Amino acid sequence: MSETIYRRMKDLPSTHLLGAGTAACAGCGGMQALHQIYDVFGDKTVFINAAGCMTLLSVYPFTPFSGSWLYSAMGSAPAGAQGVRDALDILLAKQRIPAEEDLSAVVLTGDGSAYGMGVSATSGAIDRNLDFLYICYDNEGYGNTGQQFSSATPHGAKTATSEGAAGYPGFKKDLFSLWVANKPAYVATVIGSEPLDLARKVEKAKQIKGPRLLLALAPCPTGWGFDPADSSAIGHLAVKTGIWPLKEYVDGRVVHNKIPRERLPVEDYLQKQQRFAHLFRPQRNEALLQEIQNRVDDYWDKVEPE
Amino acid sequence: MTRQLMTGNAAAAWGARLAAVDYVPAFPITPQTEIIETLAAWFDDGSMQGRMTVLESEHSMVTAAGAAAATGVRVFTATSSQGLLHAMEMIYTVAGWRVPFVLVNVSRGLSAPITLEPDHNDVLAARDSGFLQLHCSTCQEVLDSVLIAYRLAEHSQVRLPIIVNQDGFYLSFTREPVQLPDPKQARAFVGDFDMGGLGFRAGMPESQAVAVLGGSPYSYFRYECHLAMQQALNAYDEIAGEFEQRFGRYHGVVEAFLTDNADYLFVMMGCFATKAKHAVLQLRKAGVKIGLLRPRLFRPLPEWRIRDICRGKKAVAVIDQNLSLGKGGVLHAELTSVLYGQSDMPAIVASFIGGLGGRDISQEEFFHIAEILQDAAISGQTPAPRLLYTQTEFREFKKLQAIAVYERHESKEQPT
Repeated sequence: MSETIYRRMKDLPSTHLLGAGTAACAGCGGMQALHQIYDVFGDKTVFINAAGCMTLLSVYPFTPFSGSWLYSAMGSAPAGAQGVRDALDILLAKQRIPAEEDLSAVVLTGDGSAYGMGVSATSGAIDRNLDFLYICYDNEGYGNTGQQFSSATPHGAKTATSEGAAGYPGFKKDLFSLWVANKPAYVATVIGSEPLDLARKVEKAKQIKGPRLLLALAPCPTGWGFDPADSSAIGHLAVKTGIWPLKEYVDGRVVHNKIPRERLPVEDYLQKQQRFAHLFRPQRNEALLQEIQNRVDDYWDKVEPE
Repeated sequence: MTRQLMTGNAAAAWGARLAAVDYVPAFPITPQTEIIETLAAWFDDGSMQGRMTVLESEHSMVTAAGAAAATGVRVFTATSSQGLLHAMEMIYTVAGWRVPFVLVNVSRGLSAPITLEPDHNDVLAARDSGFLQLHCSTCQEVLDSVLIAYRLAEHSQVRLPIIVNQDGFYLSFTREPVQLPDPKQARAFVGDFDMGGLGFRAGMPESQAVAVLGGSPYSYFRYECHLAMQQALNAYDEIAGEFEQRFGRYHGVVEAFLTDNADYLFVMMGCFATKAKHAVLQLRKAGVKIGLLRPRLFRPLPEWRIRDICRGKKAVAVIDQNLSLGKGGVLHAELTSVLYGQSDMPAIVASFIGGLGGRDISQEEFFHIAEILQDAAISGQTPAPRLLYTQTEFREFKKLQAIAVYERHESKEQPT
């Protein structure tokens, strides 16, 4: 990535496009990522939002976005992006607007929509090779409704709808691979606590046309149960334990951007969150902890060192 | 102006072409498919300048339609039945966005059981969505209504999407002679897409459909939609008048056929009303003073026009091609609410349900309904609501049941 303009922290944008004073929770990892993505991507955008936490950013008559915003519905934000993109293309082709008035269509949804209800619309948009950026802030549950499990919830996590001793029985859906299998233009995982990696990926996504996904793990203080001040620390641990691989799919192949040489044990990440407390108290659930560790180890065993 | 034979579906496509629509988000469903096939061919051969995008569902199709209209282009789309229901969340949503576009619904009965054949339960499910609704009874009316619909939807006092409804099969696939308006005249009538302040442009940030907190902004915006609907009544008269001046055909908010000196009325929507008109002529020959009232505009409902026509009548029969399960005919309920408490309204408002899932309504049945109305006028007793269904049909259905049961037993007895 020698071509990037983002080499050091001081290269990152120093002004912020997203206004302050939003209704987001303190320490929201989704907001952290969104701030950074927006600053690099720029405000020549129309955000097409699906129901989720970020829906409460624009509340009449206020908006923190210096670009445009359209709330659609939980199941069809990519189709909203299709309508906006097609209409702009028509307006450009018929010369009803000049090229400099063009905008990027950006979908903004949480994991509930991106991994679940919106998959059909996402799949359609990829099939049609729609030129759009899809931002998913993945807080691993239906955050806006009180953290019920979604298909992005990790195995064993306690949520409002998986309160049992073993937590959520399912396994986090691999949305990255789901996209990659369909050969889109670009897919990347990011996290707000790794701003340089994030900025480079947004910069790249900005140059590419076609369906692009930025999948941001969004540490969620209220849903996961940790102090809002620890949001970045939790994010670092997600990367260092190998739970959240930083990778991208571009030019037909998947590249890992950061291969942790000595991965920390997953429990360093798990034990800092209330949603995994049942794995440690009243007694350690060795079997489940080992299972989670094994899955992470298995993943990295298959990753070729760069 | 040329005259040619065309199906209701072709007429709908011609409406879109003459309105010079920019964008057609599409998804195929019987009996609507011919509309998008026709438009696809025109986009391909260059007769239409614009874009068609085939979405992966009607839910996405209506989302794309609304989003494109919100970005500033003229949009046309079409669906039927389950498709309209699958899109229903977005039907309500885009109406709230206050974006004007035209959706042609080719009516078809709803599951279950699944059927391809028509009735009006699909379009009536969208009754309270904020979409305006125009109901057609001929192929000519389908074409003309699409042109009128753009003017109405884009009217500065209205700014709402609109459904133009036609009956599946009976209109969608029936060829009738249609006067094709001159493209230049049609274009002049419809005009350019009126953005009405809509549009997403760099340097001009726009927030659409943002969340509200609390009931007061919500009530305000919902009531604004309601008032816009009511404004559409005046706007419609104006637009229909201009259409008549230019093209010589008048399509009022209601069709009143031989109603002036009538004692009795058939009230119904859609193309079966043309059969009712034929029955009216036969009955008139036999000395029965009967007429037909057909609401064309169903949302907003032209209440005062309906009252004017019903005033002083002895009895009316509302013939619904729909069934609100647990209640009865939707149009019947609408009509009684329009007439109730007003002076000099018919004492008898009888309810008949017919034409469900493509079932025909015969001339004999119209005659029979007229008899019931005359008897009711004499006795002063409102007849019980009735499903139009004959003994013969019942016997035939029993045969089907017998076959279904027989086959099930057979397969049990002969396991493979």
